Amino acid sequence: MQTIVEESVPARIRFREPQIEMAHGAGGKASRRLVEGLFAPLLFGASSEPLADASFVSIDGTRIAITTDSFVVKPLRFPGGSIGELAINGTVNDLAVSGARAEALVCTFVLEAGLPTEILEAEVRAMANAARKAGVKITGGDTKVVEHGKADHMYISTTGIGRPLHGVRIDPQSVRPGDKVLLSGPIGDHGITILLARRELDIEADLSSDTRSVLPLVEAMTIAAGPGIRWMRDPTRGGAATSLNELARDCGLGIALHEDQVPIHDAVRGACELLGLDPLHIANEGQFLAVVAPAYADAALNALNLTPGGEEACIIGEVADQPAGSVLGITSYGGTRIVDMLVGDPLPRIC
Amino acid sequence: MKFVDEFREPELITKTAEEIRRLADPTRHYRFMEVCGGHTHAIYRFGLKDLLPENIELIHGPGCPVCVLPMGRIDDGLSLAMDPNVIFAAFGDMMRVPGANGSPLEYKARGMDVRIVYSPSDALKLARTNPDRHVMFFAIGFETTAPSTALTLMRARSEGIRNFSVFCNHVTIIPAIRAILDSPDMRLDAFIGPGHVSTVIGCRPYEWIVHDEHKPIVVSGFEPLDMLQSIVMLLRQLQSGEAKVENQYKRVVPWEGNRAALRAMAEVFQLRPYFEWRGLGFISQSALRIRDEYAEWDTERRFQVPGVRVTDPKAAQCGEVLKGVLKPHQCKLFGRECTPEHPIGALMVSSEGSCAAYYNYEHRKAATASVLSSTA
Repeated sequence: MQTIVEESVPARIRFREPQIEMAHGAGGKASRRLVEGLFAPLLFGASSEPLADASFVSIDGTRIAITTDSFVVKPLRFPGGSIGELAINGTVNDLAVSGARAEALVCTFVLEAGLPTEILEAEVRAMANAARKAGVKITGGDTKVVEHGKADHMYISTTGIGRPLHGVRIDPQSVRPGDKVLLSGPIGDHGITILLARRELDIEADLSSDTRSVLPLVEAMTIAAGPGIRWMRDPTRGGAATSLNELARDCGLGIALHEDQVPIHDAVRGACELLGLDPLHIANEGQFLAVVAPAYADAALNALNLTPGGEEACIIGEVADQPAGSVLGITSYGGTRIVDMLVGDPLPRIC
Repeated sequence: MKFVDEFREPELITKTAEEIRRLADPTRHYRFMEVCGGHTHAIYRFGLKDLLPENIELIHGPGCPVCVLPMGRIDDGLSLAMDPNVIFAAFGDMMRVPGANGSPLEYKARGMDVRIVYSPSDALKLARTNPDRHVMFFAIGFETTAPSTALTLMRARSEGIRNFSVFCNHVTIIPAIRAILDSPDMRLDAFIGPGHVSTVIGCRPYEWIVHDEHKPIVVSGFEPLDMLQSIVMLLRQLQSGEAKVENQYKRVVPWEGNRAALRAMAEVFQLRPYFEWRGLGFISQSALRIRDEYAEWDTERRFQVPGVRVTDPKAAQCGEVLKGVLKPHQCKLFGRECTPEHPIGALMVSSEGSCAAYYNYEHRKAATASVLSSTA
């Protein structure tokens, strides 16, 4: 008798790069190649869902959002925040922009032997504060210590579960031409703050990280315009340009971005002009982008503007048929350019 | 933001663009070369081509220091980075430029000590804080960056910092322009002169272009309004049959240049008899070497540098693109084998390289008309 052995479909691994470079962690094109080419085919199975900030699972018919994030920032403390706050807000925000309210978090600490307790305690306190502010419980954790010199003081990883917000369904496939692109506030503060806090540049600016929970803003917008919200993302590593490019690719449409309407603090613009960086590629930790159906756009914007911390929210662009899969920057005088994803780490130019 | 917003003012830009249309003779085709890579970047970054009439063609010049560096020099520099006692320091632009055995960034990932610095003096700082190791600064750039390398070397000598050296790849812009003009397949009407280089060398060194070649040149700033105004100035010269050197970037560029910077360069550097440029080949007296008085800080004299000569990948047409003979997208590898992520030629790496600028900002833009009409 012949036995038929059912073989699982071999995973298609497309990632062929010989070694991991810093760019694979920078959130741009290389990160995407690694995740889509190696992690997704081997770990996520045949699921063809576009990669999002959080995933949803059903347990006994109840939909739960789940996400994880790790934090390796250097320096640990910087104007406006620290690694502890980022670790909470980052995960709360990933859930929020997926349309879920964070309910519980667990955290992992990887500590370097020799780390002063004082520093650790400050970060644990920062986490407790941020969790209280964001209204999320921390229910467990794990600690590992590695030899001195094998880690940069400390790394934190947090995993969170969330309850779906009522009446919102985030799906890039539902995005249509004519939809409006909203931004919750000024971009680039976090990335430039970190760059300056490293003190490798002799530039000083009155600037602090924007790290915060965006949940209150997302909730306000959901109440006002829930059925019209098609997509949200927090533009962290890779910046707004990378998030919008991912959207363009996932929905197969074009994004027209009115560059002069993107709010950017002068200190960020100035630093970017000096260093030859594009503010659209700079990381944020307390902002989000949303695509809203045109009929709901005013309501969504109003709700954001009336919520504390959302005063500077604005509409920065529209979804269009073309250029399919790309983001087109439009200047106030009618010039256009393609706004691409970040390639590698943002590197300054020399002259 | 001051000194930026004024030069991006929509109304003025629209007016200047209209003036360009008025001045441009519709029966004529204009070929203007922007010499500087910073201009190339600005043209794409601000979408300036959308504002120009079709008969004004901008040709990208050789003014991208990373792009004109032959691959062998990168390999020479990196060969020293293999020594665990050496810290290889370079500007960020260099980090992804491929040598025959990988880019500085790939060397770093393999464990070599490769650091990004923002100025040569930061490299010297590294030498001070790492007294038991040797810091080698991989110096590139035109006259824009050469003075800061010179000052750094002067400081290293006066402070007696001996664990520091410079691998000098500084080049000079004038011989490159001459080589372009000597090239038989190049027909240019005028030049948009380099802004930053001219802050150092001033405007006089361009006078031969006017006298010998009878071609107008306008030294230009980098903001949209600067560049459009420079084009207006060029068109006016052409219309009146004149050819002169004009300075649009007066707020930054003194006619006589920066004497202190020129003095520092003269103190530390002398001309090399010849130097290899990617795409342009060997050009005599086109690059700087470190003077004998500073030999101790000259990487090439302090260490055994292999003197590698590597030919560019065969299919890549970097040279033709660098000379402005081909547009970036006309190269066989453009956007296929050669992309900003997997650059084969340096023009795809630097933000000032015409291929990277074209790829990042222009490529895939074909369908913009419909977007503009639907969002107007």
